Order: sequence, then structure tokens, then C-alpha cells
Amino acid sequence: MIELTIDGKRVQARKGEHLLAIARREGVEIPTLCHHEAVEPSGACRMCMVEVTRPDWEGWSKLVTACNFPAEEDLIVRTRTDKVMQTRKEILELLIARTPGSQLIAEMAREYGLDHPTLTVGELSEKCILCDICTRVCQNLVTGAISRINRGVEKEVNTPFAEVSDVCIGCLACAKSCPTDAIEFKQVGLERTIWGRTFDLVPCTQCGAPTLPKEQAEWLSERTGMKVEEYFVCVKCKAAQTARTYENIAW
Amino acid sequence: MKLTLDTFHKFQKEQAARLEGRKAITVCCGTSCRAKGGLDVASAIQTKLKDAGLDENAVELTQTGCHGWCEMGPIVTVEPEGTFYQQVKVEDADAIVASYTKGNAEEKLLYRDPTTRQRVASYHAIPFYAGQTRWALRNVGRVDPANINDSIARGSYVALNRALTSMTPEGVLNEVAEAKLRGRGGGGFDAGRKWRSAAKAPGFPKYIICNGDEGDPGAFMDRTIMEGDPHGVLEGMILAAFAVGSNQGYIYVRQEYPLAVEHLRQAIKDAHAMGLLGDNILGTEFSFDVRIARGGGAFVCGESSALMRSIEGKVGEPRAKYVHATDKGLNDKPTVLNNVETYVNVPLIVEKGSQWFANTGTDKSKGTKAFSVVGKVLHSGLIEVPMGTTLRELIFDIAGGIPGKNRQFKAVQTGGPSGGCLPEKMLDLPVDFDSLADNGSMMGSGGLIVMDDRNCIVDVARYFVHFLVEESCGKCVPCREGLRHLLDVLERITQGKGKMSDLDTIERLCDVLENGSLCALGKSAANPVRSTLRYFRKEYEEHINEHFCKAGVCPALCTYKINDQCTGCTLCAKVCPTHCISGSRKEKHVIDQAKCIQCGSCFDVCNFNAIDILGSNG
Repeated sequence: MIELTIDGKRVQARKGEHLLAIARREGVEIPTLCHHEAVEPSGACRMCMVEVTRPDWEGWSKLVTACNFPAEEDLIVRTRTDKVMQTRKEILELLIARTPGSQLIAEMAREYGLDHPTLTVGELSEKCILCDICTRVCQNLVTGAISRINRGVEKEVNTPFAEVSDVCIGCLACAKSCPTDAIEFKQVGLERTIWGRTFDLVPCTQCGAPTLPKEQAEWLSERTGMKVEEYFVCVKCKAAQTARTYENIAW
Repeated sequence: MKLTLDTFHKFQKEQAARLEGRKAITVCCGTSCRAKGGLDVASAIQTKLKDAGLDENAVELTQTGCHGWCEMGPIVTVEPEGTFYQQVKVEDADAIVASYTKGNAEEKLLYRDPTTRQRVASYHAIPFYAGQTRWALRNVGRVDPANINDSIARGSYVALNRALTSMTPEGVLNEVAEAKLRGRGGGGFDAGRKWRSAAKAPGFPKYIICNGDEGDPGAFMDRTIMEGDPHGVLEGMILAAFAVGSNQGYIYVRQEYPLAVEHLRQAIKDAHAMGLLGDNILGTEFSFDVRIARGGGAFVCGESSALMRSIEGKVGEPRAKYVHATDKGLNDKPTVLNNVETYVNVPLIVEKGSQWFANTGTDKSKGTKAFSVVGKVLHSGLIEVPMGTTLRELIFDIAGGIPGKNRQFKAVQTGGPSGGCLPEKMLDLPVDFDSLADNGSMMGSGGLIVMDDRNCIVDVARYFVHFLVEESCGKCVPCREGLRHLLDVLERITQGKGKMSDLDTIERLCDVLENGSLCALGKSAANPVRSTLRYFRKEYEEHINEHFCKAGVCPALCTYKINDQCTGCTLCAKVCPTHCISGSRKEKHVIDQAKCIQCGSCFDVCNFNAIDILGSNG
């Protein structure tokens, strides 16, 4: 274990542990947009910037992203200096200009006192802030059906060549992990459409309600060893089944 | 034939003796001279030599790499005299061979000094070359890059042989560290320190990477070295591998350099065949191999962490460098990544010693630096000088100054899109890593773009930001979004729609780029804008307040008008692409403003200062 200082407070941590994790454990609030507990940090959104220095740096300090900066002995971390707050505010202004329709960004901007953004505003329909959570989730935890394509201002999240993906399993992990609800999908009856592909949802074997796509069940089955059919029970019926099992247990 | 530590020395002496005093005609076959017909010139001379009954024992015809003075190409030299022929055409082959057999030089192909009007017989007497100290470029233009024996004759692999015979890896590390060699790719990081960290880091395998993804507009030092002296690069990498304890290396070459790839491939093959690369180098226990990785055309892949992702086959995006590549680089293994020019300096240090190397240069920047000097200079090309040479010496003494009798020096952009624009008063600045950085620019990889009073400074800033908008990878918010808005503001100013408050917006966007960006591309992206605003603020203000672009570049902010000095020579009317200049011979001409596109062609050709550049409303 090592000791470091966050906003004047001495705290303990493992060497190399990321500053964001330590701060959150200690109840110090640092805003994030591209951070997701399930995947490795990326450092893309730059909202978690903090100022770090060391006693031997002779007054020199630098801004770093807390999400991936490794803790070291005697590091002095300040999470709300003028420079930090100003940089976060500017980043939010850039994001408002990109996604003027996003509620989350608007709320965060208000917190940072950004009442009158001055930069030219983009399209109202744009919601994606390119935080990379969806692509990291899909690539590291699911099948890698989507990635970031093009570069710079042209960058977007999509399937390769924006064609219908044959590896997508329709699990919605991308859409559900998106902080700004930018990934659209449609679910009507026993049909779910995402990334231009329509999946048939298998009806619950007990009540007929939609469960999940066959592709997703097969993918899960391969990894868990459970039978594919076991996934075709809806959440309600599964709960009822569990309740019945408990009822039958003689206490 | 595989060489060993025992046989190398003898072989090297034999090759050196062969080269000593050899009679040769060399033809530059670098990329630029090839484009101008260098290969055809070479084969024409070959045919004429044959016709004259001169076989290769009498005179060798050598196809070399680039001499770095591409506007003079195709370049032909005659050795050992050092006769320098410029802009040689296929038709000149006859005359060259004829004068060769007579033992004299072909007058009309020699370089003519623009001031003395005298023809200069030898390479070494031409100011462009005489003012240089060619260390990194020592073999470029002197050897046939496709012939390993040529390189060995000029001393390639002597340092390697020395290191493997009488030095320990620690010894090589110490030499490089004591020579205070700093990375030539831009940042100027201490190479010895980098190597030592990688040598100490736990992990196997360790990698040596050579960064040949030279992306700065107008820069071509690394291309020239890879094309013209591939063995120099390889030897530097092998020495680094020996010092660090690596067995695998990569040379990352940008997509646009096919000739560099061809020559490096040949060099790797030849070095393998001679036991200088691969398993058991020179018969020792030390093994090291090199592969070529080709870039896909993204500027950002010249950034070290993005480059490594690209070699891994992933999207070329940078990542945080809080954990150094020397600990976790390529495939998360300890990695040394240096630039082409850095590696090519290493054999010199190992062969001649750190003291010798450190005797040249300034206190903190040792050795030499190659620059590609382009733009408004008389002689654009590759110029290698000791660190600490002033910008004035580089631009005026060696590159010949600003062409055009009425043109004035305005600014020089060092370091490409990551560097800054320095004004006339900074010309006596010694060129080294620290002086440039202290003044808002940077050394960068060595691109040097010279501008005169016909370059609009706001337009220059706009150009670089536009370049970066297109090349930003788009991963982090400040670089992707900030640059887009910065470009937006600069475009507004050049179109005459700027407000004074835009200058504050520029400062604000520069701050967030510098403080917030993930990698050096974004962090340094503000430099061209910041430096132009710092040194040429008045020009920005003229654009905004007076709607006046005094350089005559921004079409919305200038008008060209003919004044009373006009002699009616009709030259302007002849060059005008829209035919909007009218007037009779020997009478004052007039520009039809409705048709004028503000291209400035008339201004550039006028010999009588008869054309004025005025603001948008005249």
C-alpha cells in the first residue's frame, strides 16, 4: 500500500491503482462521461481531469485524466483547481456545440456555470459524444460488432463499412450502456431492430412474451454451458419459477 | 557469405580500398530525381559509356540516393573529382561521357552561382553543400543503397563490429547516454535515458521500433535517409537492440514512401545474407531481426502510442502515456521507439565515441540536425547543420535567402503543424530543442517552411489547423471538437466576417487544446495559431477591423489596383488567368474588378511596382 493526498486528505491505495477509483472510494466526486466500470478506461472525454504534483516537482504540476492515471507514493492530487474547472467547462462547451439536444450534457454544463455557450452549435439530432463506451463494451465483452470508423470530425460509431453486421447478436449492450441514449433501436412485438439488422425474439416458452434473440441465447449458451432453451423464459416467468422453487423447499 | 567478427574487418578494408579513388559517375535516383527522369539519365549514360568502350572496371555507374537539393535534379556527379552536374537530361549523356573521356567537366551543366555568375566545378565548393555538416546524411547520395558492399566500404557496420567485439550492452548504453543524443522526431527526449529504462524494465520480448512515419507537410529528411542509407538505419537499430536486449524490431514506414520500403527490404535481405542481421549476428550469440510495417496514411500514426496500436493491427489511436512505452509499449512489452534520424546517428557515436559527438552542438542539444527547408527560399532542400546554427545562417547563407527582388522575409514555421511561426526578429535564434520551444515553436522533426510578405499569416494558421482537423484521430474531445471550432473562427476571419472577440475565442480554444488533449497532436495543435497571434497580432486585427489582407492572399479582403508607375509593358495582362486586365501597349493598364479573382499573378510578375494591394473596399 502507498499513501497519497487527494484534495488535502491523506488516503491509502494500491500502487498503480487509478486515481478515479481511489477518489470515488474516498467520496471525492470527479465527473466522467466515458468511464464504465465494465471496461478499461479510455481517457477520451477528458472530463475527469485533475491536477497532480509531487513534493519533488518544485511547484510544477500537470493536468491528467483520473480514470487512467496510476497512483504513486506521495502524489498530491487536486480535483477542483481553477485550471481543472476551466478545462472541464471548456470541454462541456465543446460537447454542447456537438450535441445541443443532449439533456445529460446540458445538466452538467449548468453545474459548471456554463449559461451562455458561444460556439456555433451543431445539429439538434446529434446525441453521440463519441465516448467509446459502446464500442469498448461490444469489443471486450460481446462480439465486437461495432467500432469507431473514420477519423476526426468524421468519426462515428458504426458496423464495419456501415453494413449489416453478421456478428451482432442484438443484445443491446451498446444501447443500454450509452450515457446519452444515442444508439437507436426499435422493438415491436417479437421483432428487435438495431444497427440495421432485425432480430426475431423467441417467445417465452411459458407465457409467449418476447425473450431474447436466438443468436444471443446461442452466444450465451456457448459461454455458460446452459442449454439454449433455458434462455427462452421471460424475466417474469423466471421469477415465478424461482418463487415456486422456494415454496417447495421444506424449511 | 556470412561475415563473422574475425572476417568483417578484412572484408571492410577490401571494400573501402575498392571505393578509395574509384572512378565513378553517380546518378541521383531518389524519389524526386526519379520523377524528373533520373533512371532514364542513368541508363542513357550507361549506354554511352558502353559505346565509348568504358566497362565497369574503367568507370562505375552508381545509382545513389537523394542529394537533398531536389530542384537541381536529376543530379549527376563524377567521382573522385566531385564534379556536380545539375538538371541533367537524357540528351546530356553524350556530352557527360565525352567530357569524361577527355578528363574535363561539361561547363554548361555545372552549377552557376547566382551572385558571382561563375560556374562551380565541385560539389564541395557550392555554398549549399559547403555550409553543411552531414552526419545523419553522411552516406546519402554517396552510396548505392541497393548495394551493401558500398555501405560497408563507407563504414557501415564498423560500429556494430566494434560493439560486438569489445563492448558490453551497458557500454553501448553509456556511450549513447554520454553523447546526450536526443530524439530527432520532435520531442527531443534523451535517447540514452529511454534505452536504459527499456533495458531495466522486466518483460520479454523487448522491441525496437523505428518511426519512419514522417508526416509533417514539407518534411522529407527521414524519407531521404531510409531511401539513401538504409543500412545506417538498420545498424542504429541493431546497436539499440544490443544495448537494450531486444531480438525483434520494426520499421514503420508511411504508405507514401514505396521507394523507402523497397530499399529497406533489399537492405534487410542483404544484411541477412551477410550475417549482419538475423540469428547469431557476426557469429555471436546476439540475434536480432527487423520487419517492415507499413502505415495506412494517417498523420496521427506518427505519434508513438498510435503507431504501436497500428503495428498491433488495431485502430491507430493514441493512448495515455502515464505508463511509458519503455515499460509497456508494443503488445504491452518494453519498447524503444525512436525516429529514423536518431538511429542513424547511433553508429557514429559508437564508432567515434560520445566525446567526439558531444563536441558539436549546444550545451543541451548535441550533434547535428537535418532540416528540410522549403517555401520561399532560393534553394529548397535538405540541409544538415550543427545544433545551435542560427535560423539566419540556415535560411540566408545556406538556402540562399528569399527569391524575388522585392520580396521580404516574413516568418519561418519550424516543426510543421505542431510548431510555431517565428518572425524576423527571431532569426538569430540558435536552432536547438530548447531555444525553439522557449519561443513558442518547436524543433519537431525538422520541417522548416519559409514565408515572405506574400504569405498571409492568418491564412497560414488556417492552413495548419485545417490540416490538423483532417488528421486528428477524433478520440478525445478537445482535439476533435476544439480544432473544428478553431478552424471555423479562422475561416471567418479570412473571409472578412471576423470580430475582435474572435481573438479571445481563439485563445480559449488554444488553452483547452493544450491543457485537455490526450496526445501531442492536440497538445501542440495550438502552436501555429498561438505563435502567429503572438508575433503577428496586428495582421489579425487588420483582417478584422480594416478588412485588409496586406499579403493579398485572402480574396475577400484585398483588391489589386494598377498605379501610375505602370509602363504598359503588358506582362500582367498576359499572365492574368481571367483576362481581366486591359490597356494598350505603353499605356497604363486597368484591372476589371468584377472579373478579378485576386490570384496575385499580375503583382508577382510586375517589374515596376505598378500594382498595389489594397483593402477589400479599395
